[in-house]
Amino acid sequence: MSAATRVATPRKTSKGPWLRAWERFRSNGAALAGLAILVPILIAVSSYPLWWPYAPNDIDLRALNQAPGAVHWFGTDGVGRDILARLLQGGRISLTVAIVSVAISIVIGFLVGAIASFGGKVVDNGVMRLVDLAMTLPPVIFLLVLASIAGTGVMPTIVVISLLSWPVLSRMVRARLMELRERDFVVAARGMGASMPHLLFRHGLPNCIDILVVYATLQIANAILLEAGLSFLGLGIAPPEASWGNMLNAARSTIVLEQYVWQWMFPGGALVLTVLAINFLGDGLRDAFDPRSDLN
Amino acid sequence: MTEQPFLSVTGLTKHFKPAAFSRGPVVRAIEDVSFEVPRGKVVGLVGESGSGKTTIGRSVLRLVEPTAGTVLVDGVDMTKLSARELRQQRSRMQYIFQDPFASLSPRMTIGQILMEGLEIQGVEPRETRVARAKAALAAVELPADAFDRYAHEFSGGQRQRIGIARALALEPELIVADEPVSALDVSIQAQIINLLRDLQLRLGLTMLFISHDLAVVEYICDTVIVLYLGRIMEIAPAETLYANPRHPYTRALLSAIPEPIPGRTSQRQVLVGDIPSPANPPSGCVFRTRCPLAIEACAGAVPGLETVGTEHRSACIRNAEIAAGAIS
Repeated sequence: MSAATRVATPRKTSKGPWLRAWERFRSNGAALAGLAILVPILIAVSSYPLWWPYAPNDIDLRALNQAPGAVHWFGTDGVGRDILARLLQGGRISLTVAIVSVAISIVIGFLVGAIASFGGKVVDNGVMRLVDLAMTLPPVIFLLVLASIAGTGVMPTIVVISLLSWPVLSRMVRARLMELRERDFVVAARGMGASMPHLLFRHGLPNCIDILVVYATLQIANAILLEAGLSFLGLGIAPPEASWGNMLNAARSTIVLEQYVWQWMFPGGALVLTVLAINFLGDGLRDAFDPRSDLN
Repeated sequence: MTEQPFLSVTGLTKHFKPAAFSRGPVVRAIEDVSFEVPRGKVVGLVGESGSGKTTIGRSVLRLVEPTAGTVLVDGVDMTKLSARELRQQRSRMQYIFQDPFASLSPRMTIGQILMEGLEIQGVEPRETRVARAKAALAAVELPADAFDRYAHEFSGGQRQRIGIARALALEPELIVADEPVSALDVSIQAQIINLLRDLQLRLGLTMLFISHDLAVVEYICDTVIVLYLGRIMEIAPAETLYANPRHPYTRALLSAIPEPIPGRTSQRQVLVGDIPSPANPPSGCVFRTRCPLAIEACAGAVPGLETVGTEHRSACIRNAEIAAGAIS
């Protein structure tokens, strides 16, 4: 566009849906606190090799089971590895596993919901019975079976967690899209000759964003816990690779539990803090995206 | 009339079947409806809630899949088109919605809304789309700076103008206007009706105008179709229908229009009861349960549309007696 037309029609500030959601989010204290906790954690976890001298698997034989101090801030474990370095590397692994698996389950959940809602009655019934089936499987047993098939490591853990968490989302997406399908502006788009991909990605996806964002944040917290649980049972991330779950595994030993408190307290604390912060954030996002709060 | 009508509907029927695996009656929303709209004319569909007005409007554009019947638009049978052919034909016919608050996406700017159809129909380049969208905005007398704003910043009347602009951006030949003013304040209604009337005349649009407001219909329509329970009761040119209604249902409807001149009172004919359920319509004439002139024979055969005057047809077995003035 030329400069002349821009001068002719001065752009008025016009609040889009995103800006309005952000304004509502900003007025939520708990959500901002969650963000204030989460952002430093993310920065620390992603940048630690730049400023922390120890690597997570470096062994310092002169410092076994050392209590927190000036050299090793969070102490060392039974083979002399630095707890802070392992904590940060574990955070990397745990958060990566959580974020990637939630991203995968969002794609699966959205597509399954979209197929069910736009595919007609027969497809809908078939797909939703499959979803029901997936939801009735007891999660812990399903997890154990899947994990024993997939094995341990980062990739198998991601696969196991993402296969477990999409059904609930696909139900929510289906309900939203079915309601949307009858809305006048979607009927109007059909009346203009819109194809299925257009309807799905120009109208369906933008109007599901609130569900997806809220689900993603809450599910990331859930996935971190799932990963910790799996690793604690020895099925998730296998040592020597660090994760918050397998660091907590050390607490199974009574000696560690009673005498080397720093070895499990820090990963436990990081886990609780992160999950709590993400839950606050998710709550704030839900309120920010709730269309009913427009009425206030 | 020698010219082929632009829109020709024959035997249009829509039955809504109950969902799979659930019992329930078939809802007969429209039953064997036939009518024609000549090019550049406005035909009104009137009737109370549940009479199938909207279903007819949507079936004509195949937004609802009709159960039976044919819809010829400029000689093309809409009901037989494949999905791809239908999408190409869509730009020739557009729909204007009743509720201006539900018909605009809250997540798109007005510019995006107006250009959506052009994008779908493959109008390139973007400059052409912007120009056509802005022209549509000007045609409905909205300021150009509306282009970058969101629907929630506009009032009901302005939103309805945007809805009209969206339909016009595709430069359609046929418009189905589904109660375009009934969700608006009375003061705004007149503006929107005048705008529609002007646009229709200026662009030579063919229009199917759905309404329950008989005064509005009289103002804008050339021909009026009176519907009851998904069936046509009476078709007549607007002037004839208002001056000389034949069907007892039309007479009852017309007597319900408020008299604008103080002191003058009209004899109101109040219909008793509600419109029957389209899931279980009465036998014979569907209007007989509320008709002041109903006789036993009305429960028998379904009355067909009989010619009772110039381009004037009415579906009542007592047409002759009514014409003779024997009963009223």
